[in-house]
Amino acid sequence: MSKKESTFINMVVSLLLITLISGLTLGFVNDLTLEPKAKAKLEKKVNALKLVLPTFDNNPVEDMKLVKSETASDSVEIYPAYSKNEFVGAAVIGSTNKGFSGLVKIMIGFKPTGEIENVVVLEQKETPGLGTKMAEPKFLQQFKNINIASYNLKVKKDGGDVDALTGATISTRAFCDATQMAYDAFIKNNSSLIESKN
Amino acid sequence: MAETINQKQNFLKGIIKENPIFVMLLGMCPTLGVTSSAFNGLGMGVATAFVLLMSNVVVSLVKTQIPAKVRIPAFIIIIASFVTVVEMILEAFVPFLYEQLGIFIPLIVVNCIILGRAEAFASKNNLLSSAIDALGMGLGFILALTVLGSIREILGSGSLFGASFVHEDANTFILFILPPGAFIALAYLTVVFNKLTSKTS
Repeated sequence: MSKKESTFINMVVSLLLITLISGLTLGFVNDLTLEPKAKAKLEKKVNALKLVLPTFDNNPVEDMKLVKSETASDSVEIYPAYSKNEFVGAAVIGSTNKGFSGLVKIMIGFKPTGEIENVVVLEQKETPGLGTKMAEPKFLQQFKNINIASYNLKVKKDGGDVDALTGATISTRAFCDATQMAYDAFIKNNSSLIESKN
Repeated sequence: MAETINQKQNFLKGIIKENPIFVMLLGMCPTLGVTSSAFNGLGMGVATAFVLLMSNVVVSLVKTQIPAKVRIPAFIIIIASFVTVVEMILEAFVPFLYEQLGIFIPLIVVNCIILGRAEAFASKNNLLSSAIDALGMGLGFILALTVLGSIREILGSGSLFGASFVHEDANTFILFILPPGAFIALAYLTVVFNKLTSKTS
């Protein structure tokens, strides 16, 4: 079993070959998983919409609106829901980069009056077992049917009304941040959403 | 060098005598990081074991073609490719686990067990021995992570594999889900493991 000599040309050729093969393999697998990945994401979105919105008969994904927001760096996605041509609520994507490990993305369903119908967490990279608990019903329960206009959306530690997750105050703060962002975007566009279907 | 390795011993050593976690104490970062629940530990163990098996096989196949001076970068590229493949597959087909493990999936690249086995074993042995070595080591890693995750989940959350057996508002040892709990649990497990194995050998 003789190893190849470590000459300059041998080293360059072998590294080149390895990177080439691995690059091709990765490209191939990426192509292969592109469709299932997109499908899984869309399915998740549709399931989330069904969870946070009251019953609707339109296709919120098609009626999706992108609106500008001062607090968010990116534009905000709003999914309006209609039932028999009447505006019954909208799901808003709220996101923040202030999570313990960066991005936290949530979807909040608002009733036309501004009350929260339900919340689901779409994306987060928080600490497993601690911050990840923000996606569990036990935590999300407290946001149901509250109206942020008359609610102090801050962690109790900061003088607010929100029960923080054990050992994950930063994650909870990020969650509140994202909720606030979604609420601001919703309130700003609420009236236009009601009119747009007529 | 006599190339006759007892394959049974080769397989078993990864689980008991040279268990990567309890004896060699390698790959501590994911071990301490993701084992806050039994399921996470198991998922991480399986993902790592898969990468370990694939990289050991490939390294063993190309070992004579890689000049000694660039072997480490070559191994790292091979390992990183497999980790990226695992990451893409998990995201496409097991999105739930992908979200739970988060940043620790890409970090499999720098897991010392994988590079350690590539350098210490696969680059010196034939394909079969390398594959069996990887299977043994991988299984040892899976077992260690699952046991550690189970103990932390039982003590910290009062559940096992998500099945809760205490009242919802019960006071559990939250310390065990937090990072210090990982160190404490791992230390005691290592003590117990070494006590048990020293008796049998």
